[in-house]
Amino acid sequence: MTNERIVGKSVPRMEGRDKVTGCARYVDDMVLPDMLYGATVRSRIPRGRIKSITFERRVAWRDFVVVSAKDIPGKNCVALIGEDQPCLADGVVSHPEEPILLLAHPDRHVLTKAVEAVSIEYDPLPAIFSIEESERLSQVIWGTDNVFKHYVIEKGAVDAVWEKADYIIEGEYRTGAQEQLYIENNGMIAAFDPERGITVWGSLQCPYYVHKALMRLCALPEDRVRVVQTETGGAFGGKEDYPSVIAAHASLLAIKSGKPVKIIYDRMEDMAATTKRHPSRTRHRTAVTCDGKILGGEIDFTIDGGAYQTLSAVVLSRGAIHAGGPYYWPSVRIRAKAVATNAPPHGAFRGFGAPQSLFAMERHMDRIAEVLRLSPVEIRRRNFLRPGQSTTTEQTVTEDIDLGKLLDRALAISDYDSKKKRFVKENTGDRNVHKKGIGIATFLHGAGFTGSGERNLGSVVGVEACADGRLRVLVSSTEFGQGTNTVLCQIAAEALLLSCEDVTIAQPDTNVVPNSGPTVASRTVMVVGKLVQSAALGIKQTLVNSGMLSDAYSSEEFRDACRAYVSAHGSLRSMARYEQPAGVVWDDEKYRGAAYAAFAWAVYVAEVSVDMNTYGVTVNDFVALQEVGKVLHPLLAEGQIVGGVAQGIGFALYEKVVWDRGRMQNGQMTNYIMPTAMDLPPIQVYFEELGNVHGAFGAKGIGELPMDGPAPAILNALCDALGVSFDSIPLLPEDIFDRLTENSTVDTLASAVDERR
Amino acid sequence: MIESSPRVAAAAISLTVNGTSRTLSVHPMERLLDVLRHQLGLTGAKEGCGEGECGSCAVLLNGELVVSCLIPVLQAQGADIVTIEGLVCIDQLHALQQAFLDCGGAQCGICTPGMILAASELLRKKPQPTRADVREGLSGNLCRCTGYQHILEAVEEAAHGNNRASGPAK
Repeated sequence: MTNERIVGKSVPRMEGRDKVTGCARYVDDMVLPDMLYGATVRSRIPRGRIKSITFERRVAWRDFVVVSAKDIPGKNCVALIGEDQPCLADGVVSHPEEPILLLAHPDRHVLTKAVEAVSIEYDPLPAIFSIEESERLSQVIWGTDNVFKHYVIEKGAVDAVWEKADYIIEGEYRTGAQEQLYIENNGMIAAFDPERGITVWGSLQCPYYVHKALMRLCALPEDRVRVVQTETGGAFGGKEDYPSVIAAHASLLAIKSGKPVKIIYDRMEDMAATTKRHPSRTRHRTAVTCDGKILGGEIDFTIDGGAYQTLSAVVLSRGAIHAGGPYYWPSVRIRAKAVATNAPPHGAFRGFGAPQSLFAMERHMDRIAEVLRLSPVEIRRRNFLRPGQSTTTEQTVTEDIDLGKLLDRALAISDYDSKKKRFVKENTGDRNVHKKGIGIATFLHGAGFTGSGERNLGSVVGVEACADGRLRVLVSSTEFGQGTNTVLCQIAAEALLLSCEDVTIAQPDTNVVPNSGPTVASRTVMVVGKLVQSAALGIKQTLVNSGMLSDAYSSEEFRDACRAYVSAHGSLRSMARYEQPAGVVWDDEKYRGAAYAAFAWAVYVAEVSVDMNTYGVTVNDFVALQEVGKVLHPLLAEGQIVGGVAQGIGFALYEKVVWDRGRMQNGQMTNYIMPTAMDLPPIQVYFEELGNVHGAFGAKGIGELPMDGPAPAILNALCDALGVSFDSIPLLPEDIFDRLTENSTVDTLASAVDERR
Repeated sequence: MIESSPRVAAAAISLTVNGTSRTLSVHPMERLLDVLRHQLGLTGAKEGCGEGECGSCAVLLNGELVVSCLIPVLQAQGADIVTIEGLVCIDQLHALQQAFLDCGGAQCGICTPGMILAASELLRKKPQPTRADVREGLSGNLCRCTGYQHILEAVEEAAHGNNRASGPAK
């Protein structure tokens, strides 16, 4: 055998050549014969009843196809976890930008004016826009209590810890909405054929989510709905659930018109109407001993879900489970809830609730350190989870993780101690125009669906031998920049000791690939990759059993055997289905047990400077050290970390959604600001590789982890620089100015600390 | 009354695209981006924002980088346009394209055509740029995937390897 190991090597990106030459075909690059263009008429108010719809006479309406809720063949819903979200509003609207009518026309130029020429009269109803308004029940807009979902995680005896505490430390932390801001806007093409049913092509993460939604909407059986993913220009969670809405709209227009229909959002529509990261509020109340040990505490984690439940329940779950950070809590009570407001539904964005609750945890650790006059390093070191201890959901840490060592390494790389001392010296002196600070965040991120999620999904993966002797991976897992195509092929090649050229991957198409689950939750390499590995081995087993291949073989012999088998039997396909590993047990009732098959662990260090004239913040240096199991593709892995850190810096310092009565006011790239190449520091990426028995070749999840740490590390660094605590993001220069010029004392600690001795 | 075809009389516009002379019958205020994508089938230029902010529609117009979503085609009369499709020379990748592949500069790929053209203009003006030069030279092109670092490395790789390949586009 001439094969050298492929896993661990940065092999070329599968679709890389198409991307650098401009040949890659995204949905807006596709044109079908006789195709119409679609547009959406949306609610201009946050809540109310639709009184009348008038089509103004300045438009030649006879040339348009118009679809309303009455044209829906099946149920008027966007089926996901629940079915509360209508595909098109039918009499009532619950948020700004809610879709009401659909228009299609052969000339895309006339659509904007036609949308404006539909005038809708409403009977407005009172609306609510914040977590607090929703909690107060000033208006009940969802169910009986405005609560989409509620969880309690309880461990130990929290009520008994307060008496034993030397300090009880409280804090409240908030994070804002964040737009995913993939550079390719959402878009979809649908075609309808009475015999074959609906086919959609589009920019999306989860083909089978769209498939399920279209079956319900169109009342079609599964074999008459086909979903094909086109090259997807970034997603980050933003193309997890919303593509079902656009696919539904394009399908309704295609069914009514009998022609293919393309709907491509422009940037403003995409920003205003589609999902964003859930705004959050986290309250901590923590009992601590005078030597800095956490005895226990209460954590209240609340997220704003917007007007319909969409994915809020699962975002909430991940946020709640990560709320205790990588620390040992002898006792804890975590109360989590997702509430309804009259904003467009918030949804998935890289990290999925964890960046919100971990921001709070990591700011709170610095607050505890300050009260106890310990260093941020020391407070963490004294409370790190250790192997054999249990998490907040009482999952025993079985991995051989040593967070203290990870922390030591990150501190050494970032030169933390000497910088910390130097900055204290340099920051004194009134004439200093720049103040510097350094901050850390230590955190974890669970890979795969939460709790029993993977068991319920029961993902299926296939590998097939092609007539030319090459293998083809069959998964619904999608490529949108992370490197899914490349790494899954790498895994199959490695499993069979072949080279990368021997393996290809099918375009995700529900007519061709089995349901390997959605491409979310840092699950693709760990969960789907492991299944690809076993499906690939199944091919070899069949060939060996048939006598066409010996146990030891060359790439050439393997290809010959595949060719021979396919020509003798017609096809060769091996499938693998997910089975919950023994020892990964979760109790949905008590919300207790093994929440994730594996966690990735990380220590991030941020160095910032603040311009004391403009209050502009610059991140000067950033160290990202993480344990992610085996790194299968170093270049792609580093790309994931750097890209995630950049989004985290945006989350902390740049990206502010300006709301007015539930509508985003700054839905443009000129006024919703993400970092440019000029705004980012050198991002130093380091890996530890402990391995992981549950992942392909020891891999864990990696995609979401880097979103969790930057915001708290940066805010901790800012507090270090300015001696003032900031507990809310995004934190823009004007927010820093406001805080530093407040008349009242800037030290809020006094009110938040109950000192027991 | 909004009619199906709102366009006023088309004009004949002549321009050179990727080395080929073209005369097109188009509305003079049509965006260069739409002419390239819809009339010429050159879909490498992408629309990310439609307001000149993201740079994913960038092309070279007489050697200068422009955002084609803000250029009425009238303004391209007689111009020499290079799009991403024009960088490949008989199956041979341009040095920048190869460097983007080798260094991980393309992830989702949607900003890549504009980014590579911006880099080619930068290297034409500054063949040996510093890191700060590259950051500044690419600051008009937004990328949401990479955090730019692998892109910066790719541009530096292409710059240092200039003698190896065909060099930056004109």
